Order: sequence, then C-alpha cells, then structure tokens
Amino acid sequence: MLRYLLIESRDSFENRDTLNVIRMADALARAGSEVTLFLVENGVLSARRGADDMALAALAASGVAVLADEFSLSERGMSANRLTAGVRAAPIDVLVDHLAAGTRTLWH
Amino acid sequence: MSKRTTLTFALMDAPFESARTTTAMRMIDVATRRGYDVNIFAYEGAVGLSFAHQKRHANAVHGRDADQEDHPLTREWVVALLEQAAQTGGRLDWVNCGLCCDERGALDHVPGVRRGSPADFWRMASSSDNTLVIATR
Repeated sequence: MLRYLLIESRDSFENRDTLNVIRMADALARAGSEVTLFLVENGVLSARRGADDMALAALAASGVAVLADEFSLSERGMSANRLTAGVRAAPIDVLVDHLAAGTRTLWH
Repeated sequence: MSKRTTLTFALMDAPFESARTTTAMRMIDVATRRGYDVNIFAYEGAVGLSFAHQKRHANAVHGRDADQEDHPLTREWVVALLEQAAQTGGRLDWVNCGLCCDERGALDHVPGVRRGSPADFWRMASSSDNTLVIATR
C-alpha cells in the first residue's frame, strides 16, 4: 500500500487552496493509499473545535490520519483537548518517522 | 550491518522571515538526534541561515540591550545542529547554493557549511531514503 504524508502549513481561512490539499488527501485515501495529513504552523488554526470548517472532520472520518503539531498548537494557545473531532495532537517526530519510512511527502 | 537512514531537506526561506525555518530546524533536530545522515540544500534566501556575520541586536521598544534581548540567530542553530550530528554519530552535510550566495554577497558562513550547486541537491536526493522540499510561497 502506498503511503502519503501531506503537510499543511497554511491557514485555511486565509488560503483557500488548502482545500485542494484536503481533496487530494481524500482522493488518495479513496484510491486505497494510507494517508496522513499533518497540520503545522498556521495550518493548525482550522483544527480548533468550533471553527467553521467541517472539511477536517469529514477527512478524519474517511480514514485519513489528521494530526496537529503539538508545538504549533501550544504557540497559538490551542489546547489539544479542544480540537475538531478526529484530529489528534502529535509531536513533529511523526514527520521524521514518515520520512525515514519512505512515505511520499509533500509540503504545502 | 543495516544502512543508516539518510534524509535530505531543501530549504528556501531567508532567516528571520518565516515559521517554516523554525519547523525545518525542528525536523533536522529530530533527525540528527536519532543519528541519521542528513543533507541540507539551502537555496535562494536560505543561504542566509548560516551567514557568519549575523549579529544580535537590542530592542529599544522594550528597553532591552542585546544581551537581554538574546535574539536567536540561525547561524547558531546551524552550528548546534552540526555539533549534535557529530555527537550522535550521524552526519550533517549543509550545502549552500553558490550562485545564491554570490547574488546576496553572503560569502562567509559558519564552519562546517560548504558551497555547492543544484547538482549537489540532485545527488543528495538520489542517495537519500527520502527528500522534503520546503518551498517558499
């Protein structure tokens, strides 16, 4: 099974092209790949529970692992306990794990 | 004996401008702590990350002198990462794009950093387990 890691560093409320990354993650998962979407920097802002953006919850429900960088959350005063359903906080070590494992990785 | 993991990162952002620099340094830190072999190709503004003449400055707005402000310098992060890689038995090969250095007059860099070209990036990527390009917008 092919594995993909998509890294989203942009705020979805400021950059609507982040939706294309979510679409790509969804399409790759539907094609049978194992997909992780890692939110980092301002990319974590859309993961705040109550944010008017349901795309992440839908993506997580479809089987994509949606992770939010612990450090980026902390910098922005966001609690790991107050994230959109299906989104989990994770250390940046996860990115290095994926890279070392040869996961196909794309930064946005 | 198993082959050591080798990762390549291409950086493009100039220092002191983007959170991408911090994130990249954090990933390189994890990889060097694990003893991986790590290649860095610093392209365009990223050649400034290791520029040797970066200086701390005071913060007049907050009334702090240079020591109190303790402004982080990326050249010191690069040195720390090179030292960490050496301590953990890994290797950190930091290559600056030579033309990018010339364009910017950024010719003096911290020890352990070398000058190269995009051909080095091709060689790095070809011999790595994985490559991550962190592009500017």
